[in-house]
Amino acid sequence: MSTDHLPESVGGAGHGTLTKDAAADDPFKDPGLPEYRPRVTDLDPKAAKRAERQVALLFLISIAGLVGSLFCYTFISNTAVVRVTGLGTVNANNLALGLCLGFAFLAMGSGAIHWARTLMTDVDLVQYRHEMKSDPEATAEAVSEWKQGVADSGFTKYPLIRRSLLTAMLVLPLPAVWLLRDLGPMPKDRLRHTLWAKDQKLINPNTKQPLRAEDITVGTLALANPEQIYSPEQKEEFVDQLAKAAVLVVRLPQNALKGSEEQKKQQWDWSVDGIMAFSKICTHVGCPVALYEQQTHHMLCPCHQSTFDLSDNGRVIFGPAARSLPQLPITVNANGELVAVSDFRQPVGPSFWERG
Amino acid sequence: MSATTAPLTGDKDNEATETKTDPVSRWADERLGLYKGTKSLIRKVFPDHWSFLLGEIALFSFILILLSGVFLTLWFKPSMTEVEYHGSYYPLNGVSMSEAFASTLNISFDVRAGLLMRQVHHWAALIFIMAIMVHSLRIFFTGAFRKPREINWLIGFTLMILGLLEGFAGYSLPDDLLSGTGLRIASGVVLAIPIVGTYLSYFLFGGDFPGHDFIPRLFTIHVLLVPALIVGLVTAHLILVFVQKHTQWAGPGKTNENVVGLPFMPVYMAKAGGFMFVIFGVVFLLAGLVQINPIWVYGPYTPDQISAGSQPDWYIGFLEGSLRMMPNWEWNLWGHTISFNVLIPSLVVPGILFTGYALWPFFEQWVTGDKREHHILDRPRNRPTRTAIGVAGITFYGVLWLGGGNDLIATHFHLSVEALTWTFRVLVFVGPVIAFWCTKRIALGLQRRDKDKILHGRETGIIKVSLDGEFSEVHEPLSAGERYRLTAHEVQKPLELGPATDENGVPRPGGRGLRLRAKASKAMFSDHVETTVEEYKELEAGHGHH
Ligand code: HEM
Ligand code: FES
Repeated sequence: MSTDHLPESVGGAGHGTLTKDAAADDPFKDPGLPEYRPRVTDLDPKAAKRAERQVALLFLISIAGLVGSLFCYTFISNTAVVRVTGLGTVNANNLALGLCLGFAFLAMGSGAIHWARTLMTDVDLVQYRHEMKSDPEATAEAVSEWKQGVADSGFTKYPLIRRSLLTAMLVLPLPAVWLLRDLGPMPKDRLRHTLWAKDQKLINPNTKQPLRAEDITVGTLALANPEQIYSPEQKEEFVDQLAKAAVLVVRLPQNALKGSEEQKKQQWDWSVDGIMAFSKICTHVGCPVALYEQQTHHMLCPCHQSTFDLSDNGRVIFGPAARSLPQLPITVNANGELVAVSDFRQPVGPSFWERG
Repeated sequence: MSATTAPLTGDKDNEATETKTDPVSRWADERLGLYKGTKSLIRKVFPDHWSFLLGEIALFSFILILLSGVFLTLWFKPSMTEVEYHGSYYPLNGVSMSEAFASTLNISFDVRAGLLMRQVHHWAALIFIMAIMVHSLRIFFTGAFRKPREINWLIGFTLMILGLLEGFAGYSLPDDLLSGTGLRIASGVVLAIPIVGTYLSYFLFGGDFPGHDFIPRLFTIHVLLVPALIVGLVTAHLILVFVQKHTQWAGPGKTNENVVGLPFMPVYMAKAGGFMFVIFGVVFLLAGLVQINPIWVYGPYTPDQISAGSQPDWYIGFLEGSLRMMPNWEWNLWGHTISFNVLIPSLVVPGILFTGYALWPFFEQWVTGDKREHHILDRPRNRPTRTAIGVAGITFYGVLWLGGGNDLIATHFHLSVEALTWTFRVLVFVGPVIAFWCTKRIALGLQRRDKDKILHGRETGIIKVSLDGEFSEVHEPLSAGERYRLTAHEVQKPLELGPATDENGVPRPGGRGLRLRAKASKAMFSDHVETTVEEYKELEAGHGHH
């Protein structure tokens, strides 16, 4: 490799602030590109040959990996597992394919890079930059062409056309938005209602059996859904209704209740001997609350750690949620099954503008 | 109007001087003008530096995302219809789930290489977003966003936002418990938007959350809309890098007027092409060895269940933390609810953070009033205030991100979540201030060290004992090239305002805007360590006396 096509060093300073012919004795002036230093592979044909072989070897490894992946795909069962120390039990097919293709690509890539670094030129080339802005002739030409175009169109000459066109352009986006109207139904008051209603049984979602008062002791945490949700008419909307109606059921001793007398009375009245149902949907942004601390009657939402005190009307005692967990008034029917007295008295779940 | 056109001839006269080309290329050239279109591109020079590889990592992981994504679309069913699962994954046999979840199980357990492609897709996505972010930080800290690259900065910024959106959309497609919970949170955020939030939510989800429409809609967004935008913008981004030529670091022979490096064909082609396969290799090894997003462990989404300690993908963590540390402010006014506890952390905070980031180049240009083109990168130390603001921003983001894992930190280190949340609430304000101050000190310290080097040379580590027993270290003078590298930047001085009125009592033009600019300029450029030619010469002269 020869160096005689190296450009002469280029003078000038970083930002064009110092002029190119800065004082010859300027100690900070640009000395220009350093002299080219050839690599071993440029000087020693043996080293070059060695590099050639290394690159070829890497490409061969790559071929081996690619072909290997075909074998693994074909012959290793998709359900086979292997134990690998450090990884645990893993899918053998996935592991083998990943290793074959991973190493194939690594070898192919490093082959190309090694080739570039050892055998391709490493003599720096210099190219000049040009300001992005157009030169004056081009600017003049473009502007005059444009003006000619505008004149030819008569855009300035016919104000009626101009104004009506601009108005049309303003109206144009309206259908683009309007046509999206059927994306969804109007919210109406759907966020205010759940499937709970008078005499709706509290159904255990696991057994699909009604919850009975004697099932719930102090310290248990039960889940319940309204009976209606399992009816065939609700099949389509099951998940949507569940997202609003899910409740959790706990039992608190009367002396554990906190807050004003009035609040305590209401909370007790809405319970069956201390068995209370609260919305499971966090009033922050709607995750299901889930972690119950038996001693303190605190309910925690794992999403952003809002903590609700069930013994104090579901009040927020920590975290970003702003409103108490709504309580569902319940009672017990003639068969000893827990049933709702009515729907929730306030919307459940996250806040929304119209909530008030 | 009339015009005469010369008949198109085969240009027989020129044949003698024509370069011999192969028939295929000639065929293409006669139809596309291949040679004149590419002649200046073939040997285009690209400067080399490790930090220039960050954008390439983004590009190549994106290619891998496209390839593995197409594979996944062959089996994935974007449907929320409930089905009963009967596939190879026995523990979920007979469980009711959406078709989206069931088909993801199918890809993971019954389609050969399906799990591999899922994991390639997910790993590549994580690397893609990380690479874009770090790449954009490299642009920020080195001032590569300055004129003429502001437009490319904005394109890049848009790519970053699209990348975040695309990642969140894809993550939500399998309809597993973890991602479904993420969507539930997103729906809560949409509901909190004043006035239109409720309508927006009903239009997005096609009714109540979660409804039956969202996953199919998200699918179209994830595989068509956003990728098309990203491909288009990446193309524009790269064309601009070609047209404006790459920036470079100052160094001997490397100036603002030239670009020094190796030619595209063959060196850059081989290196970048090779690097692409290296990235592919790394992602495939990760996909083969390290499990990611095992949706079968989480189970299908249902709105009444959740697992403790669940975490979103890393790039959503800052929003999670921001939601977690916000106090529970909510107003009820005139029958309407405004949820500051949701709006501020999920929309206002990221809005300010990202808008500020996107507009920084324009702010800086307004302060400096600098309208020149800049192709030489700044060393971060030479722009202490910009660097410090950047580090403060990263710290802010970092505290939010850590806040998103407060439950994990709490259980791991046996701390109370509440104490941690309070710590983060304080840190999110104090941290950036400390970071700003420290960074600025460090940058100025580094400038001082550079000055020392320029004036006194490099420390050699050789200790000399003088005749009177005094120890001193031998300094070796810098090479002219190194001296140039350290002094090539210009020192930005604060804007000086003249007197408020001129000698005739006429107020200075510019008024309030100018005063504001001068203030910003003073804040940004008052601190600097300058090394002048005079200082250097004086010292040199002094040395002569020894
Ligand atoms: C899909 C995402 C992206 C891809 C594939 C990508 C790719 C690239 C590549 C390959 C380069 C040339 C090499 C380099 O300087 O790293 C580049 C340059 C550049 N990128 Fe990006 N990038 C992405 C996102 C971004 C983002 C998020 C920003 C900033 C907010 C950004 C701003 C820039 C700028 C200003 C340049 C020109 C830099 C220079 O010439 O020094 N890019 N990009
Ligand atoms: S959703 Fe419960 S705390 Fe955020």
